Amino acid sequence: MSSRCNLRFLIPGLALLLGGVPSVLAVWPQPQQIRNSAERYSLSARAFLFKHADVSAVRSGCDVLDQAFTRYFTLIFPESGGGAHNRYFWTEADPFTVEVNVAEGPCDGYPAEGSIENYKLTVSPGQAVLTSVTVWGALRGLESLSQLVEQDDYGAYYINKTEIEDFPRFQFRGLLLDTSRHYLPLQAILKTLDAMAYSKLNVFHWHIVDDPSFPYQSRKYPDLSKKGAYHPFTHIYTQTDVRRVIEHARLRGIRVLAEFDSPGHTQSWGNGQPSLLTPCYRGDVPSGTYGPVNPILDSTYVFMANLLKEVTSVFPDSYIHLGGDEVDFSCWKSNPDIKAFMKKMGFGSDFTKLESFYMQNIVNISTMLNRSSVVWQDVFDYHEINRPRYVVEVWKWGCYLCEVRRVTKAGLKVILASPWYLDLPGPTHDWARYYNVRPLAFKGTEEQKKLVIGGEVCMWGEYVDATNLSPRLWPRACAAAERLWSDEVQTSSVDQAFPRLTDFRCRLLRRGIQAEPLYVGHCKNEYQGI
Amino acid sequence: MLLSIQLQREFGALLLAAVAACVAWEDGDVWDYDGHKLKDSDFLALWPLPQKVQSSAVSFQLSASRFQFTHAEGSSAGSDCSILQNAFRRYFDYIFGFTKKDRDQRRRNAAGSEVLELQVAITSPDAECDGFPSLTSDESYELSVDQPSAVLKAPKVWGALRGLETFSQLVYEDAYGARNINKTGVSDFPRFAHRGVLLDSSRHYLPLKVILANLEAMAMNKYNVFHWHISDDQSFPYVSRMFPDLSQKGSYHPYTHVYTPADVKMVIEFARMRGIRVIAEFDTPGHTQSWGFGQKDLLTPCYTGSSPSGTYGPVNPILNTTYDFMAGFFKEISTVFPDAYVHLGGDEVDFSCWKSNPDIQKFMDQQGFGKDYSKLESFYIQRLLDIVSSTDKGYMVWQEVFDNGVKLKMDTLIHVWKGNEAQYQAEMARVTGAGYRTLLSTPWYLNRISYGQDWRDAYKADPCNFTGTDAQKKLVIGGEACLWGEYVDASNLTPRLWPRASAVAERLWSDQGVRDISDAYVRLVQHRCRMVERGIPAEPLFTGYCRHEYSGV
Repeated sequence: MSSRCNLRFLIPGLALLLGGVPSVLAVWPQPQQIRNSAERYSLSARAFLFKHADVSAVRSGCDVLDQAFTRYFTLIFPESGGGAHNRYFWTEADPFTVEVNVAEGPCDGYPAEGSIENYKLTVSPGQAVLTSVTVWGALRGLESLSQLVEQDDYGAYYINKTEIEDFPRFQFRGLLLDTSRHYLPLQAILKTLDAMAYSKLNVFHWHIVDDPSFPYQSRKYPDLSKKGAYHPFTHIYTQTDVRRVIEHARLRGIRVLAEFDSPGHTQSWGNGQPSLLTPCYRGDVPSGTYGPVNPILDSTYVFMANLLKEVTSVFPDSYIHLGGDEVDFSCWKSNPDIKAFMKKMGFGSDFTKLESFYMQNIVNISTMLNRSSVVWQDVFDYHEINRPRYVVEVWKWGCYLCEVRRVTKAGLKVILASPWYLDLPGPTHDWARYYNVRPLAFKGTEEQKKLVIGGEVCMWGEYVDATNLSPRLWPRACAAAERLWSDEVQTSSVDQAFPRLTDFRCRLLRRGIQAEPLYVGHCKNEYQGI
Repeated sequence: MLLSIQLQREFGALLLAAVAACVAWEDGDVWDYDGHKLKDSDFLALWPLPQKVQSSAVSFQLSASRFQFTHAEGSSAGSDCSILQNAFRRYFDYIFGFTKKDRDQRRRNAAGSEVLELQVAITSPDAECDGFPSLTSDESYELSVDQPSAVLKAPKVWGALRGLETFSQLVYEDAYGARNINKTGVSDFPRFAHRGVLLDSSRHYLPLKVILANLEAMAMNKYNVFHWHISDDQSFPYVSRMFPDLSQKGSYHPYTHVYTPADVKMVIEFARMRGIRVIAEFDTPGHTQSWGFGQKDLLTPCYTGSSPSGTYGPVNPILNTTYDFMAGFFKEISTVFPDAYVHLGGDEVDFSCWKSNPDIQKFMDQQGFGKDYSKLESFYIQRLLDIVSSTDKGYMVWQEVFDNGVKLKMDTLIHVWKGNEAQYQAEMARVTGAGYRTLLSTPWYLNRISYGQDWRDAYKADPCNFTGTDAQKKLVIGGEACLWGEYVDASNLTPRLWPRASAVAERLWSDQGVRDISDAYVRLVQHRCRMVERGIPAEPLFTGYCRHEYSGV
């Protein structure tokens, strides 16, 4: 009576029948180069030490690494309870030492576009040596190290002799959360950041506001959340909350890319900012409803400049996402003032020109604020001449690689999201669909391919809130994470990835991430919540 | 006046309720005290919608420090009735949840429009406090909310449990955080007697905590059957006292991934406290790979050519040892699970292994089965049914057993799960045409997911939508929402099941005429927030928010 919907996945599944999950010596996402050997060294929580190499440019007092050492100690020895382990080091004669050698400081900065995440890891008797250019690379290396540690049948920890040389295929590996359709409690966001770090994703794209609600509490315009959030106190992100997210992300080498989507998707803005939105008309009279941001008023641009100025002071990243997608023109069409403006500007009845006009102004504001703009592909599609330098996020279905090709041909950078809409239909076992994506499989020059800076997993919020976010994201987002980090040729086989991902999913569970199963089977440590 | 007429008609209906669910009786309309018909969602989010509700705008307060549940004078249940005592504590927590103390005592108005107690009266001589719920349990109740006392009357504790749930759903939080309830009259009974949820603990092991949490959620939705698909090909987590090797060797892990006798007892008692039956399914002869590890010679050895291939197929139906084992095993099951029914499975038997085995072929010849392996399956099932009958249990089977023409006792319940809409409706007609009682699951395979609001499809399906006589429709005892475990474990089970299973719950409880999808949406959105508030991570239906979001991240 059980549904047998996908025979293809029965086959790898059968291999695991009853045998339990074999322990696969593996790191997810697959490193560029890894050499394992059967030689293994036992590890003990009482004789394990992280230290900075003498030649390292980064020493104790570097909070990114100090905190990472604490975090990874607990991840490596989940039963140790973590915390006060330091005092044991000196009671054991020869602790296993993880020596970290970072070539360049500083470590009080933020991960950024172009941050180098390369690292080398060598595990040999009594020690592991981790070398990287930046602290961000060291974080990636610590993650790999933690995944190399296994427990044998007696519960004893060990690590195999290993050499890894690793770097990401794409520099932008993002994950979008939508906190407007449903409010996500801070805890849900922080937990997602943890899981992102485990998969080496490095950009949190925070789609923070949209039509249904405006949870961002602005310093300059407090009415936006006061009147536009689901609830002005319980369903908002205060400045402290936002800082906490940014810091939590920074400590994990994750950038926070804020999106303030306009001129569409802004219904909730209108509650707290009168005359921002376009009044829609029925015949000659205002209908009482509102459309997109009103692009013909100076006050609009003053407001947007102030808001974006605040946003850039709050979010340190050099990118800002300006949205620009899915603008419904019907309200603009109904409004006589808009029509008069169209005429004056010589736009005829082509409302895409009006949107381009608006977006041009917004991009200019962002440029003046020293930010690189990211926009959804609609903006690129509408605007064919004199495009400003923005990064285009390709999100529409159909031949998305055709669009990637067009954008790169125009010399603009691309972030690919189309194949990774994880909120879209499909049962769990469709993870392979996210794995089999080939982002560069389009005809184009080397230069064009370099313009594809990465991709992004999108978890839109219509049907998702804190109750179901985690299992819907993980481990399916891991499939995308490997595609964005690893070498495509080495990771082309779904069948080979299956046991690795099954194993990694159990590791996520062990770390408290509510990741759903890929297929029948079990984990040694099942999820303990409900 | 209107009220009393309707109540009279309903009392008449109550007697029929258990069997006559498909014969439309009365619209689930809601009236105010002036006789105006209200839209269901105009006032409160009751889920599933009771058969009859009369509400008014008159509201009373409830105070956490004064409100009490009491046993009414003359009730056949008292303070020794643990089902009610436990339920009182549970519903007190649900009602006053976040505020165990009054937020603002001074706001209390002097007129004293306050409900001070809910008197619970069990009206029949035997309250069934110490019993187990069954297929024929009376779950009807009447609730009258007024000040200073609200009264809940039910013939049995089972109805009282349903009424307590309704009472708790009537309570709402006002803008000051105080608890309020409106003057209300409810008269209620289930449309179907069998309203189940199937969980599969073989494809993935489900920790006890998850099963218990879902029993809680079931009670919130007035479900009354937990169908425990406890074993299957992948693992055998049930710890048998008589055959401990079954789980020792057939579970994912013999200590961490098993259900001990104490666990099973706890599930059954936890369910009993909520008026929920536990029907265990031990599916045979197919879906039994995991049994083979702990029970030698139980499964059929498959052959490649003339030699055994080393793999095994379904249960071996030609050996006496098989039936000896089954007799011993089901004898144990009949004592462990108190319910009068046991689910024997019988679905999806793959014949290829039987076909390959020379001994089976010989047996087929002897029996004159020719090449028809469904006859062999029937032969097995027949003997199994006889064994189970001798333990004084009734049985449920998946529809194949009926389809294959196995001779069944007339009290067998046929579980329909296959096909598309037209096919399952035809099957329901055939099964009931042959005089068997039946229950439906086909449209309620909730492990199948799609984008958007697929709860609506579950809501629209109706077990009585098939061509047949009234007599046939009376044989429909209900249905079950199934959550198969291939892609589901503790990490995603609860949000996948709820609130989609709530849609099924209303179809099975409420009047046949309750079908307005937009009204259901409004109520279900609130009901799901109520579940979230009570700690159940029920996923959202669509964009929006709950006052108290899920905090168990």
